[in-house]
Amino acid sequence: MNAIEVANVTKIYRRYARKKQFATLKSALLKGSLIQDLQPDETFPALQGVSFSVPAGTTYGIIGRNGSGKSTALKLVAGITKPTTGTVKVEGRISALIELGAGFHPEISGRENVFINGIMLGLTKREVAKRFDEIVEFAELKDFIDAPVKTYSSGMYMRLGFAVAIHVDPDVLLVDEVLAVGDEGFTHKCLDKFGEFKRRGKTILLVTHSLGLVERFCDEALWLDHGKVRGEGDPKRVIDAYLTDVERSEERELAATEKRVLAEPGRAEAERAEGRGQRAESGGQRAEGGGQRAEGGGQRAEDGERERGAVEGRWGSREVEITEVTLTSNDGQATHIFQSGERMSVHLKVRAHAVTDDFVFGIGLYNAEGVTCYGTNTHLEELQPEEIREEGEVTFTIDSLDLVEGTYKLDVAVHKRDGYPYDYHRLLYTFRVKSRTQDVGIYRPHHTWTFSPTIKLRRQ
Amino acid sequence: MFANLRQLPRYRGLIQSLVARELKARYRGSVLGFFWSFFNPLLLLLVYTFVFTVVLPGGWDEKLGPRALFLFCGLLPWTWFSSSLIESSNILIAGGNLIKKVMFPAEVLPIVSVLANLVHFLFGLIILVVFLVYYKAPLQVSELVWFPVVVLVQLLLTLGLALILSAMTVHFRDIKDILANVLTLWFFATPIIYPISDINAPTSGTPAWAKTLINLNPFTHLAVSYQEILFYSGPFGHWKWLLALGFASLLLFLFGYFLFDRLRDSFAEEV
Repeated sequence: MNAIEVANVTKIYRRYARKKQFATLKSALLKGSLIQDLQPDETFPALQGVSFSVPAGTTYGIIGRNGSGKSTALKLVAGITKPTTGTVKVEGRISALIELGAGFHPEISGRENVFINGIMLGLTKREVAKRFDEIVEFAELKDFIDAPVKTYSSGMYMRLGFAVAIHVDPDVLLVDEVLAVGDEGFTHKCLDKFGEFKRRGKTILLVTHSLGLVERFCDEALWLDHGKVRGEGDPKRVIDAYLTDVERSEERELAATEKRVLAEPGRAEAERAEGRGQRAESGGQRAEGGGQRAEGGGQRAEDGERERGAVEGRWGSREVEITEVTLTSNDGQATHIFQSGERMSVHLKVRAHAVTDDFVFGIGLYNAEGVTCYGTNTHLEELQPEEIREEGEVTFTIDSLDLVEGTYKLDVAVHKRDGYPYDYHRLLYTFRVKSRTQDVGIYRPHHTWTFSPTIKLRRQ
Repeated sequence: MFANLRQLPRYRGLIQSLVARELKARYRGSVLGFFWSFFNPLLLLLVYTFVFTVVLPGGWDEKLGPRALFLFCGLLPWTWFSSSLIESSNILIAGGNLIKKVMFPAEVLPIVSVLANLVHFLFGLIILVVFLVYYKAPLQVSELVWFPVVVLVQLLLTLGLALILSAMTVHFRDIKDILANVLTLWFFATPIIYPISDINAPTSGTPAWAKTLINLNPFTHLAVSYQEILFYSGPFGHWKWLLALGFASLLLFLFGYFLFDRLRDSFAEEV
């Protein structure tokens, strides 16, 4: 038997222009043609032909990006809004954890609010009284239950709302991203409560961005994208498909950002004019050792660093120019997304407008907080420049990109040995590192765990 | 619509506790607390009495009885009526969280605001009774049995208007502002600060259209009924008008509920 059945549902939100509304009121008053005049100017389909069914006793997850229609779907199931076309059927008592504590009155005590909220959610006064102690205990608010709700912290408020909603004892529980409310301990308690619901054969519909939760808890998952079903079935499979799609669109986004930044010549020129004295040694905020070794660049480079801060931009005399920067992965494909440990190559196309023997190529990697993850240049690595002429290509390859998951920015530069910039691209390139492991820090050194035979672990 | 209307008694418990909450929350934090329910009508009465006995003392036939008592008979029900309408015109927007995030029978909200104001009205009645005794008003049991009927008719009329206004304001926010002014006009078009006999007397300077307007005003008949029952001596002669108004109010209530029900699905999106 299905506890929830959503069949071919379309939900269209309407938007009315303000001006029109006034005209509508006028004509409604004058001609009494209210219903006809309530025609929207603009419509927005939140869901289009969505169907899914949730068998009784299962836990069902809905995932998708912001604005994909997840919450709308949940509201339709809850009966808060009605579908424009299609049908929604739900068997049994519903409790919706959509906004916790909606309907609490700030001026009156927690105790009174529990009663009123319980009644709002469909209990009788006697039923609330019977569960009252349990609710208060669950919310951990024993000492504050007689204080007005306006004095509660937001965590207390949410906990009380959650406690009431969950004690309604529904057959179908609808949850919209509410587990982010409490501290670690409370979240565990909520998860335990969900587990208990599951064991008792209740149906749970979960809308969340926490994919781990869906993978762990749900029997089935649905992936919504722009109001349409993109995938349904085994959570692991659906989540993988979803993540692949997210990656793809991230890639598109990064590529677009890069194009936009590079297409801003005005800004780059301004930076250049401003950066007259900016002679920076490439390789980023140099480690002390590096700084001392760099001859000549020393003090001036540090000034320039301070002046520029972390602002992205491009400057330099362009006697030697970096015309194109591409990042490629293992397979040689241009990309902005790398798996941790993968090979990454940075390709620079360069053009020298005059032949010179004074040039240094440099690279710097920064994480999102602006910390230098690594910086180096050909000078620091004691590569003596002899000649550069016309067009060429420089490739910088990291065999194993051992960075933790995150977004990173890239500096590339070509300059004189004393720091005089030919072409400096500061933080213009972004790439993302993905990792299956949720380890922390910046750098992931190659490592192994070894255990004596008395210690046993098993790979999950 | 009727299926939903039949559901209404099921929300009894909810309506009860929400009305109780309104009353409790209203004066929470004020020093006098619940006594404001008594003081508010009393102060209102003092203001009007001051205006009409000190500032504008003329134009009152002393044979009719004490002017303060007359004012009170009309002011008290009017306060219930106007505050109910002003509150309910905004109530769906104020209670937006409930409508958007919880399965909540929206009609409960305007009903609660009308009923909460009814309770304030009933508290005000206690003050009125004290005045009636003090002025030795000519009360008769045969008239007083009509009193609950008048209250019931006013309740139906107010509920009907409250449902219409609350539902319409969701779509047309301008109603809130228009309403405040309409109510001021409505107040003066109702025989509350002047007796209806002044208007209907052939010697009054009131133009005919204004007379028609005042006589068509439903609240005129409520006010006159209250005044006849509590203030004027003599039998309650206005009962035919009252019953007709009662019937019209019932129709208005049904129409209000119908309109509310039709617009119900749009609330969650428009609030």
